[in-house]
Amino acid sequence: MSKAINIIKNTCVPLRNENVDTDQIIPARFLKGTSRDGFGKNLFRDWRYENNDEAQPKKDFILNNPSFHGKILVAGKNFGCGSSREHAAWALKDAGFDVVVSSFFADIFKSNALNNFLLPVQVSDTFLQKIFAAVEADPTSLLEINLADQYIRIMATGEHESFEINHYKKTCLLNGYDDIDFLLSIKPDIEKFETQER
Amino acid sequence: MKSLFEKVWQKHIVQQIPDGPSVLYIDRHFIHEVTSPQAFAGLEKRGLKVFRPKQIVATADHNVPTLDQHLPIKEELSRLQVEALTKNCANHGVELYGLGHPYQGIVHVIGPELGVTQPGMTIVCGDSHTSTHGAFGAIAFGIGTSEVEMVMATQCLLQSKPKLMRINIEGELNKGVVSKDIILYIISKISASGATGYFVEYAGSTIRGLSMEARMTICNMSIEMGARGGMIAPDETTYAYLKGKAMAPKGEEWDKALVEWKKLYSDTDAKFDREINIDAATIEPMITYGTNPGMGVGVTGHLPETNEIIESERPSYLKSIQYMNLGAGTKIKGRKVDYVFIGSCTNSRMEDLRMVASFVKGKQKAKDVEVWIVPGSRQVELQAREEGLDKIFEAAGFQLRQPGCSACLGMNEDKIPAGKYCISTSNRNFEGRQGPNARTFLASPLTAAVAAITGEVSDVRDWL
Ligand code: SF4
Repeated sequence: MSKAINIIKNTCVPLRNENVDTDQIIPARFLKGTSRDGFGKNLFRDWRYENNDEAQPKKDFILNNPSFHGKILVAGKNFGCGSSREHAAWALKDAGFDVVVSSFFADIFKSNALNNFLLPVQVSDTFLQKIFAAVEADPTSLLEINLADQYIRIMATGEHESFEINHYKKTCLLNGYDDIDFLLSIKPDIEKFETQER
Repeated sequence: MKSLFEKVWQKHIVQQIPDGPSVLYIDRHFIHEVTSPQAFAGLEKRGLKVFRPKQIVATADHNVPTLDQHLPIKEELSRLQVEALTKNCANHGVELYGLGHPYQGIVHVIGPELGVTQPGMTIVCGDSHTSTHGAFGAIAFGIGTSEVEMVMATQCLLQSKPKLMRINIEGELNKGVVSKDIILYIISKISASGATGYFVEYAGSTIRGLSMEARMTICNMSIEMGARGGMIAPDETTYAYLKGKAMAPKGEEWDKALVEWKKLYSDTDAKFDREINIDAATIEPMITYGTNPGMGVGVTGHLPETNEIIESERPSYLKSIQYMNLGAGTKIKGRKVDYVFIGSCTNSRMEDLRMVASFVKGKQKAKDVEVWIVPGSRQVELQAREEGLDKIFEAAGFQLRQPGCSACLGMNEDKIPAGKYCISTSNRNFEGRQGPNARTFLASPLTAAVAAITGEVSDVRDWL
């Protein structure tokens, strides 16, 4: 799953809902896998299908609208609140998303996303509304996300905003490293710490 | 001039990455069947063994049935997940309190009850309600599965120091108001995302007056306002609770531990990024009406009128109350309920069961209501039977089941049917949380117990 990220230029799916919790992203009854794969088909399961039936997609749900697709999910504020299930990040990634844009992210979701090379981009409320407006006016609108320079741009209008990311995490994403590699590399220090009087 | 959080945090820093997170040492790691299999698999893929198996405690709780636990789990995927946990624990030398074990139960109930959770520790679990353990003055927080793997591999995590918030609650609680109401009140005031980015300390005379069980209920729901965790400084109540618990320090070790624990409080000049003061007297018995835990009101209150909601949030508000099939501006008291669920890591401890039993003693449940009492652990279940609470519940028409997460999340057999209303002592009222299209009212065990008797949302104060 590890894959370095830098510049992503793509279309997006606008999900205006706020407070999207991880129980919506992937309901608990689909958490029974013992591997990381295959969660994408149950992404937003109960919003996507009537009566839990794949033959009955809900027409008004954005992921069922063929006009909208892409590697970027744009969502209302407080995305990813609730349960710590990393399955939420796996499901988004498995469904083809590399970036989630919102004006606010829940903490655990953010670290889970980063650990799976799914980039959470936090923008201002105003900028978020501009993205929604641009995409809804023209579903083929492109967004550009530049991790190295930390900005997001609406290609059609040229409007852009910078976003924050912790320096350490940025380096990891740009290079495709993960935290475990780093922690394993300092194991002698950890062992020494354990023997110290604290 | 350090806060409680900073005192515990600083003792656990192995290394500070310049311009980056800290390497934080983890004392205790709880695992359950849902969020651990991929971590074990990841570890094995790297050719590693669990680094410190003795610091991990495992249990099966999310997928387990709450009736006939001696039989094999019916649902195949649930059974496989529980079996995977058993196999992984055996391979890596991790202690497992699985089905049938006298210590089995919901992970956040058994940790404290066994004395594994102790003041001053860092505690994690692949579960957001790990915040519960903060009631003992520990830094306890939920993590994702990749982080579970990190802790298994190195007993450490990379963490940035959160911002600090203190919530002071002072004064006497009103009759019929219990700790669940305090936390539902706080979340209704600061919203489901109001504490995102913060670690919260709960303080003040009201908190000091609460039992450990009641403190755990409050810390448990810290995550429902977005906080990474919540904590309460340990005191005599904490020590009295821990003394004699199975894994608590004994003899000389106990005396040594106590000296350290007594240093754990926020200094008078400690700094917080945000402070909130609450007068306990303003808190009523609470209930939620919507689909996030911040959508709560006093039980005699109304749903907000649409125009009271700020414009940008109206679509979400309307979607939420439509899901609940409730009208803006309407009263919540008197709404019919179909199910009553008393359980979950928020409210399934002895004190909760005793509270419910003493209220329902000699009363009968309403005809059309189904009432489930699900103890948080085997120990709680046995204790309840020993005290004769089972008889009281039975006489009232309530069902006392076996320990597990049960109807807190629609993952095991205990689901609330579509369209039905459940008054629940759990912590989440998200869409579909208790089963596809199920509708949840969150409340305290007392408010849930009254609803079981009347068959509708009621004010417990009318009965006291
Ligand atoms: S009782 Fe509910 S909230 Fe608590 S651990 Fe189980 S599923 Fe999670």
